[in-house]
Amino acid sequence: MLGPYATEEAVAAYNHEHGTDRPAVVQYVDWLRGIVRGDLGNSLAPPEPPVWDVIEPALVNSMKLAVFAFLIVVPFGILGGVFAGLRVGRPTDRGITVVGLSLAVVPEFVTGLVLILVFSIWLGWLPVTAQWEPGAGALTQVRHLALPAMALAIVLFGYIARITRAGVVEALDADYTRTAYLKGLPRNTVISRHVLRNALMPTIAVIATQVGYLVGGLVAIEYLFNYQGLGLMVLQAAQQKDFTLLTAGVLVVGVVYLVVTLIADIAFALLNPRIRFQAAE
Amino acid sequence: MSSTEPGATALHVADLDVSYRVRGKDRQVLRGVTLEVARGESYGLVGESGCGKSTAALAIVRYLPRNGAVSAGSISVAGRDVLDLRGQKLREYRARTVSMVYQNPGAALNPSIRVGSQVAEAFTVLGVPGGDATDRARDALDRVQIADPGSVMRRYPHQLSGGMQQRALIAMALAKNPELLILDEPTTGLDATVEAEVLDLVSQLQAELHTSVLFISHNLGVISKMCSRVGVLYAGRLVEEGPVGTILRDPRHPYTVGLLRCIPRGGVRKDHGRLDTIPGFLPSLGAEITGCVFADRCALADDRCRAEEPRLDKITPVHASRCWHHDRAATLPRAEIADLELPAVDRAGAPLVELAQLSKVFKQRGHEVHALTEVSAAIWPGETLGLVGESGSGKTTLARTLLGIVPPTAGTALLEGGELPTRYQKRSREELRALQIVFQNPDSALNRRHSVRRILLRSLKKLAGVGGSVAETRMHDLVERVRLTERTLTQKPVQLSGGLKQRVAIARAFAGDPKLVVCDEPTSALDVSVQAAILNLLVELQAEKRVAYLFISHDLGVVRYISDRIAVLYLGRLQELGPADVVFEGPHHPYTEALLSAVPTVDGGGRDRIRLDGDIPSAASPPSGCVFHTRCPRKLGAVCEETEPPLVEVEAGHHMRCHIPLEELRRLQRAESQPMAPTA
Ligand SMILES: Nc1ncnc2c1ncn2[C@@H]1O[C@H](COP(=O)(O)OP(=O)(O)OP(=O)(O)O)[C@@H](O)[C@H]1O
Ligand code: SF4
Ligand code: SF4
Ligand SMILES: [Mg+2]
Repeated sequence: MLGPYATEEAVAAYNHEHGTDRPAVVQYVDWLRGIVRGDLGNSLAPPEPPVWDVIEPALVNSMKLAVFAFLIVVPFGILGGVFAGLRVGRPTDRGITVVGLSLAVVPEFVTGLVLILVFSIWLGWLPVTAQWEPGAGALTQVRHLALPAMALAIVLFGYIARITRAGVVEALDADYTRTAYLKGLPRNTVISRHVLRNALMPTIAVIATQVGYLVGGLVAIEYLFNYQGLGLMVLQAAQQKDFTLLTAGVLVVGVVYLVVTLIADIAFALLNPRIRFQAAE
Repeated sequence: MSSTEPGATALHVADLDVSYRVRGKDRQVLRGVTLEVARGESYGLVGESGCGKSTAALAIVRYLPRNGAVSAGSISVAGRDVLDLRGQKLREYRARTVSMVYQNPGAALNPSIRVGSQVAEAFTVLGVPGGDATDRARDALDRVQIADPGSVMRRYPHQLSGGMQQRALIAMALAKNPELLILDEPTTGLDATVEAEVLDLVSQLQAELHTSVLFISHNLGVISKMCSRVGVLYAGRLVEEGPVGTILRDPRHPYTVGLLRCIPRGGVRKDHGRLDTIPGFLPSLGAEITGCVFADRCALADDRCRAEEPRLDKITPVHASRCWHHDRAATLPRAEIADLELPAVDRAGAPLVELAQLSKVFKQRGHEVHALTEVSAAIWPGETLGLVGESGSGKTTLARTLLGIVPPTAGTALLEGGELPTRYQKRSREELRALQIVFQNPDSALNRRHSVRRILLRSLKKLAGVGGSVAETRMHDLVERVRLTERTLTQKPVQLSGGLKQRVAIARAFAGDPKLVVCDEPTSALDVSVQAAILNLLVELQAEKRVAYLFISHDLGVVRYISDRIAVLYLGRLQELGPADVVFEGPHHPYTEALLSAVPTVDGGGRDRIRLDGDIPSAASPPSGCVFHTRCPRKLGAVCEETEPPLVEVEAGHHMRCHIPLEELRRLQRAESQPMAPTA
């Protein structure tokens, strides 16, 4: 905080002032008390603003990026998966599966770099950094977010497509699908009424768990694109040993994760009568 | 059937070859199958697992798996060739002409769509408009005798019992009034009484609608109840065909003879001798066979059999067999020697296990579920106590209480006079090794990742406390006892067939020289020939080690074969307890009587089935008085509704819980088993 050349006295004074010379347990209890009161404390970095003031804009930025990435990846992932699942074993299926798998194993900063190279540097279509000028309009924001969101989406695509494909293949092989075909229903009806609904259930469950992964991916992407989101903020807080900011940031990430998982669980239950009725009975 | 004019047959299959493509090679499963089902006839197809029964059915409805293909032959339904139907024509065929109902109704219904809309779909596909379709669906459910079809329509499949699910599927299948109805093991996995109800329903509807039926089953008893003609399939070949009565009385193919001998029937019991088995295994998928398909397992096989395949020759105009020596089929030597020395059970001494007034109440969402109510019984060393009752009657809870998996709410279990701790965690090693279990599904007891060798050594260490070379010797001894080969030791459970896995599970249970083994439906998932071998093994181990069994099964023929005494449970209460023959021959408790009459047997039987109406009542609110009074066909009246009869010893060793005196039951039941006699 005070830089590598600070005197010992200055460090001691700083520590005393901020309470960091007290036993760790005491500090922790103190911190918990604050949380309960809705007070996340102040950042340790000058000018020591309230932590929430730092987190809020970062959170909003990250949400924009994450939502954007999800809006791209969920429809494409599901479409790709359904497409592959319905043509299992054929070239379309192999193609989608191989592409998805290969994209998923490339680390996101590599994907990000390639995207920057292609779209910003060679083609010059999109800006290199994600951060827009303050007060920029929605369209500009979208242009700035396009590359990082794509980078995130590409990594997740393979995952979602694979789960969807597995769900579709399983539903296609299920006895109830056979029942539907043997009733003489046309293929389209069988797929839309009997196969898809059951096939998408595991996908929804998986999308929820991917939120955690997305947060991890955010750190790399936000760093690469120099985007002031939660990931970059947590990273910087860790580098500067700004513990109040760091713990608060991690806490917020945890809460977001819980909320999203809860939403996904509810969606899952609404689709699945077995769970819906267990709750009602 | 004798007529061949077009339109007179519902199904005509000729020289059908079907193969599955596995690892780049086509493997033949059906070999030139030819069969014919006449209009209104019901034809049975039997054979052990993997012989191609379902494949034949799927070929007929044109729904073979992706890797399956018809490579030769023809199939026509109602005079129309179905093999070259495509697109709209194929859909029409499925929508109007053919229906199929299969095993496992729970999976055959879409879990996320209400039952009503699923049934209605079968009508909309015929062009019936929405509202009408719903009405017709309700009528269809009514026709399959579902109580309160209106409310069933609104429910999801998981909210129905297995029997109701299968009825809904039958309603769907009959919506189109099909030319041909295929039933592929429609009652496998259902309770005996539910099975009987579903079978009754099918025969009743068939008589009403004159539907032609192809009935597939591995159970000859079911086939003999449902069908007039039967075809026996082995390794994709039809080996014998004829009227059901003829096939059962005078089988002319060694395979049929073997199948019939495997089934414990006609009241045979273990002290009459071992069951016969069919040695060996079905040829592997797509195996090249030059001579007779059954030669490898046939005791009558000679050089000619191995070199030249016999044709399906007519013995009489209606009976055909594919065997060079069909005239000698009945003389097929036994595969198993019958002799078995069984020491008599000595009940003068102290019992091995005593259950004293065991009760178990589960608390469930504020309700109390009385799973067991004051059950008392004793098991002596070396004897088998059979435990029967519908599902939900408390059989498994009783076994689990004895094993200490669920602690009883009241009452105790004693082992050799000493009280057993209620939880297995508190039991000593001696007590643990004394009581072991064999499950229906051996997979649940065997670690899939470990080799058989490792599984057995671990059990020896845990139960017998031996390791090193002692354990090795004991392991080889065990393997020999359960008739596994040394080769099995290096394999993992997934590489073994169901029968072999069950042998491993039995070896594991016997690692610690148990005194009592609980057998929970140990043969229910197995083919009859494998079942016979496992039953023989259990009886041999009993003769040798004087181990006692608590044997749970819904197959009453099996229970009768292996048990010395039988306990009948209903809603957690012991209704009857007595020597096996006495309980089976009667006079028996009205509930036992109904259970027995529900079983379709190969021997048939003069008496009509006693219908048990409705489902077993909920154990959360058991009926007042005699718990069976809501379904009892012999109910006396108010006394049955008000006072619960005590369990009394009605004759030596025979206990019963009923207000009707034994002599009266004897008179009533004798009167009914002789339908000619004037009824009382
Ligand atoms: N899709 C498939 N691919 C490869 N082999 C298959 C396939 N389906 C079935 N088989 C094999 O074909 C043979 C016949 O199977 P089928 O299901 O017709 O037998 P089944 O007589 O109905 O048996 P069960 O009594 O167990 O239902 C078996 O060896 C089975 O393993
Ligand atoms: S033909 Fe020969 S091998 Fe085949 S069943 Fe007859 S006797 Fe046995
Ligand atoms: S007591 Fe009455 S209701 Fe109960 S079994 Fe006997 S006759 Fe039936
Ligand atoms: Mg089958």
